[in-house]
Amino acid sequence: MGGLEKKKYERGSATNYITRNKARKKLQLSLPDFRRLCILKGIYPHEPKHKKKVNKGSTAARTFYLLKDIKFLLHEPIVNKFREYKVFVRKLRKAYGKSEWNTVQRLKENKPAYKLDHIIKERYPTFVDALRDLDDALSMCVLFATFPRTGKCHVQIIQLCRRLTVEFLNYVIASHGLRKVFLSIKGIYYQAEVLGQLVTWITPYAFSHNHPTDVDYRVMATFTEFYTTLLGFVNFRLYQSLNLHYPPKIEGYSSVEMKPEDGEAYALDSESTLEKLSALSTGLARAVAPNIEDEAEVDEFLMEGETAEQEEARRKEEEDLEKQKKLFEGLQFFLNREVPREPLAFVIRCFGGKVSWDKSVCIGATYDVTDPNITHQIVDRPNVEKQVVGRYYLQPQWVFDSANAKMCLPVADYFPGVMLPPHLSPFVSEKEGDYIPPEKLKLLALQRGEEPAEDSESGEEEESGEEEEDATEGSEEDSDKEDEGKLRKMEAQRSQSKSLPVKVTPGQVVKEDKQRLMQEQQSEEKRLAIMMMKKREKYLYRKIMFGKKRKIREANKLAEKRKAHDAAAKSEKKKSKKARRE
Amino acid sequence: MLEGQEEEGDLPTDSDESVYSGLEDSGSDSLTEEEEDDRDRGAEERLRSRNPQAGKATQLGPKIRSKATDPQPPLQNEYAEDSSDEEDIRNTVGNIPMGWYQDFPHIGYNLDGKEIYKPIRSKDELDKFLEKMENPDYWRTVHDKMTGVDVKLTDEQVELVSRLQRGQFGDVNFNPYEPAVDFFSSQVRIHPVTNRPPDKRSFIPSLVEKEKVSKLVHAIKMGWIKPRRPREDTVAFYDLWAQEDHNSILGRHKMHVPAPKLPLPGHEESYNPPPEYLPTEEEKLAWEQQEPSERKLNFLAQRHDCLRRVPAYPRFIHERFERCLDLYLCPRQRKMRVSVDPEDLIPKLPKPQDLRPFPTVQALVYRGHTSLVRCISVSPAGQWLVSGSDDGTVKFWEVCTARCVKSLPVQAAVKSIAWNPNPAICLVAVAVEHTVLLVNPGLGDKLLCGATDQLLEGYVPPEEGRLQPVTWEEATEEEHRLGMRLRVRFGKPLKQVTWHGRGDYFATVVSDNSHLQVLIHQASKRWSQAPFRRSKGQVQCVLFHPLRPFFFVATQRFVRVYHLLKQELTKKLLTNCKWVSGMALHPGGDNLICGSYDSKLVWFDLDLSTKPYRVLRHHKAALRTVAFHPSYPLFASGSDDGSVIVCHGMVYNDLLQNPLLVPVKVLRGHQLAHDLGVLDVLFHPTQPWLFSAGADATIRLFT
Repeated sequence: MGGLEKKKYERGSATNYITRNKARKKLQLSLPDFRRLCILKGIYPHEPKHKKKVNKGSTAARTFYLLKDIKFLLHEPIVNKFREYKVFVRKLRKAYGKSEWNTVQRLKENKPAYKLDHIIKERYPTFVDALRDLDDALSMCVLFATFPRTGKCHVQIIQLCRRLTVEFLNYVIASHGLRKVFLSIKGIYYQAEVLGQLVTWITPYAFSHNHPTDVDYRVMATFTEFYTTLLGFVNFRLYQSLNLHYPPKIEGYSSVEMKPEDGEAYALDSESTLEKLSALSTGLARAVAPNIEDEAEVDEFLMEGETAEQEEARRKEEEDLEKQKKLFEGLQFFLNREVPREPLAFVIRCFGGKVSWDKSVCIGATYDVTDPNITHQIVDRPNVEKQVVGRYYLQPQWVFDSANAKMCLPVADYFPGVMLPPHLSPFVSEKEGDYIPPEKLKLLALQRGEEPAEDSESGEEEESGEEEEDATEGSEEDSDKEDEGKLRKMEAQRSQSKSLPVKVTPGQVVKEDKQRLMQEQQSEEKRLAIMMMKKREKYLYRKIMFGKKRKIREANKLAEKRKAHDAAAKSEKKKSKKARRE
Repeated sequence: MLEGQEEEGDLPTDSDESVYSGLEDSGSDSLTEEEEDDRDRGAEERLRSRNPQAGKATQLGPKIRSKATDPQPPLQNEYAEDSSDEEDIRNTVGNIPMGWYQDFPHIGYNLDGKEIYKPIRSKDELDKFLEKMENPDYWRTVHDKMTGVDVKLTDEQVELVSRLQRGQFGDVNFNPYEPAVDFFSSQVRIHPVTNRPPDKRSFIPSLVEKEKVSKLVHAIKMGWIKPRRPREDTVAFYDLWAQEDHNSILGRHKMHVPAPKLPLPGHEESYNPPPEYLPTEEEKLAWEQQEPSERKLNFLAQRHDCLRRVPAYPRFIHERFERCLDLYLCPRQRKMRVSVDPEDLIPKLPKPQDLRPFPTVQALVYRGHTSLVRCISVSPAGQWLVSGSDDGTVKFWEVCTARCVKSLPVQAAVKSIAWNPNPAICLVAVAVEHTVLLVNPGLGDKLLCGATDQLLEGYVPPEEGRLQPVTWEEATEEEHRLGMRLRVRFGKPLKQVTWHGRGDYFATVVSDNSHLQVLIHQASKRWSQAPFRRSKGQVQCVLFHPLRPFFFVATQRFVRVYHLLKQELTKKLLTNCKWVSGMALHPGGDNLICGSYDSKLVWFDLDLSTKPYRVLRHHKAALRTVAFHPSYPLFASGSDDGSVIVCHGMVYNDLLQNPLLVPVKVLRGHQLAHDLGVLDVLFHPTQPWLFSAGADATIRLFT
């Protein structure tokens, strides 16, 4: 024997992990501070492979961090700031307790503050990294921007959030980057392409929040603190990339001109700028005037390994994109006061349309209802009293659906008071075997340039019939065959009962049998082969097959539901028609 | 003054008050020493409202007091009347809350110590109201708590109250705006006002101040006090990624896993989804009853017919918060999602058509038994089939016609049956309860049968009787006519009987735990011996090697291979099964298969290892029996699930090539009876045919 005794849990994975409490003690931070640090630095726990080994034999539920992560946190300058802040709070409390108001004043003036610039640079070494992580930042900032100016968090944060989101929206408008919009029951989803990255965010509907009590606003505020910094830097860079001023300036706006008007309405000049900016109705001033000659056409190079077909597809895609960017070009919209102004104005402006609203609704209205150039008026009320000739009165869904379809949809379905067609999610891309709602099929047909279905009754019925066929064909090919077989059997039975059983044509039967035999043989072969699979593979196979079957089942269920619904709707229609006739 | 006193009503400060103003002194206590109750306050309000400009100042106190009703001129000797001990002479209780007398009929004591009684009938609300309506002086009536009497204020008193309410002095004659005479005027006089010399401290620097200043200076020096910085409220943004390094990795480490994005919403989340996505009533109910964590969607699809009807989503903040929690509390892991085509997982096996011949269809059914058929055996030429059943008969069948040619009653369930593999001998060993019967069926070649009989009769008993574990008996005349030739009696019920390939020796297994459970018998010499001295556990079945002197003994979990000549254990095979049910040996003698009750079939390559070469889990229920084909590369297994699975099991002569095992056919036909399916399977010795005996009392031939 000899050598040192080997102790358990002193090597291997046990030394790679550290529990949260130990990490906290190592960093000498309180739990809230540790939490804040983890949020800011993006440190998350790790699940060890062998929990018991790491946990020194115990099976108690513990949170583990990588020791490397915690060591990395040790050198973070912000930890010192946290400590300073702790001391500051202690001093302040003491001063309050002694009623030393001068000290309180002095301390408050010297409140320690920290910056997150270096953390952002560290977490997102390249700009693209930051763009990739923008989803949560935007959603959070948008949410905070809608918070009331009292209570929950600092007013400055809310104002900053509002400013940053408005800046971002303005950037998206300026770059025509919006791709998809979706009105969900949770809020409005937007997807924009920012320098090649898809950024998706959700905005709540504009109602006051019913603030829940089981939510820790401190955590959210910490996240927001980080996100605002991130979004600010990203905005700066984005504005720079488009040669826009940052902080943004409104096009054609000069302070001298506007002052006499705005002086009455707004106490602060800066406030009025933000309001004007958030109206989203005017363009932004560029730092350098765009030079048309500069935008020379990019020479196209055939990429290596790209076939002509691929190239064709790519070119078509690009064309589509260009078309989508100019979707509403030349159209003038007017928003009635009952429609949500901000999302609509944003979407319309993103696709190149002009938009205005009643002066009393919001600042930034550019033209009046009486403007003869208005082509579309967005209305969300059952009927419009005074209709002006020469413009469409449409429900807001038309704007969103058109934006998603990348084409101006036929307006007939969207007149005020009309039962709207379903609003489909643009984020779903159906694969083979998935259920596709008939509206989507219609839309795809429209996009392919096929004739839109006529509005007459017969056309509709035909169409619905087709849809049904489509739906059933897609999913139930097998059942078709079975049905055929059943039919044949039934026919045979009937013929037997009617006439003598001698009259049988054997030739066809044999042919059919052959095919079926082949099929049966193949399926049996498969079954036998499955028997020979290894245990692990068999398990995996079963799992995959189970998932597939469930998918098919769900698709079938949806198709069936739709069928039943359509049938019910049709019968109701007939009934009403009959009633009308009588 | 009055109000001030009201506030500190409880303090017995009467004498002090009287020092300052003789006016109020006397009356003050009666009204003010108690906190005014509602009634008093009410009276005051009434005063205020009805008589806002009440004329002259009046005093309350004197009026209330019975003794001094006149207003006293202020210049009178203030001590003349005031004295705390001659206070209220009618009630001597002193300065106490009158509430203490609430429950008594009296409210105090007079000077003589007699009780002062309360008025007989206290006024109720109605009385008060009536009085309020009827009494024109109600507004100036005050209730004296000390005496319990209502006192009507005089005009002077009313005016005093109103003056005080207006914030004027109680005394009418007092002029608050008399010209002020400055004691210290702005004019500089030649003489000082006081003749006091100035202090020394007024012309030397202050020590205290110096201390304070030096403290501050020290604090500034030490950096404890920082000079005020200009606050920057706006956050300055700049181009953070101006010098970005595309090769730099994240500061932390390479293992960083970026947070996954939230899944994008589907059609069902739309405010106006297609109708098929709306949940039905049952689905709604099911959703509500599910645990929130188990739900597939965290919302219920809803339809709103226009945008203005869409309400705020109540869980919006919750969802953002949960996302935050996920981001900093959830462990992240990279999960490799297997994108496997399930077809690729299926092993590529040779097609069964290419592995023909093998039994594919059921050709014949041998009916005749009335209970489950436990065992079958086929004659070496393949013409006859013998079966033993629980109905106590042994039946002989012609294979090709499915005709029962002979039925032999044996009075008990037949446990095992074996046809002598030697084609020159026509003999069947039948294990029935405690005996093994050697039966000459008398089928086929008469010569052969005769030769067999001769062989058995040619037995010459040895001179000295040897001790045997069993007893050998000749069959009786009656039995002889039926075909029975010899009877071997055992002490224990039998389990199995099996012949050696030459046809002279056979081995039996009895259900026992002793070393005598396995016996080897020689039919021609009627001689039995026990090969083992010690038991190694309960033996399930035994088997002779067809070519070499090996003997296979399967216990519950192991198969032991003994060398019969050397009389030693050569190998111990680990089956990895819970309970071996049967085994069969490849005709080549190098491969063994074992069936087990835990529905496994284990293939051993005896040259390779003592561990299984392959474990096949084809059946869904316990395996009862396994069999090899004597010439074709086929093996079969029968199971309690009523199916027989035929597999192609090719063993190559090349030692480097592993055996090829391919299932080729699942044969079904037997019905389940008493949870039992197929009890025995057997291949035809020359044809690729398969016999199977089932619990449904039939034997089936698959060709």
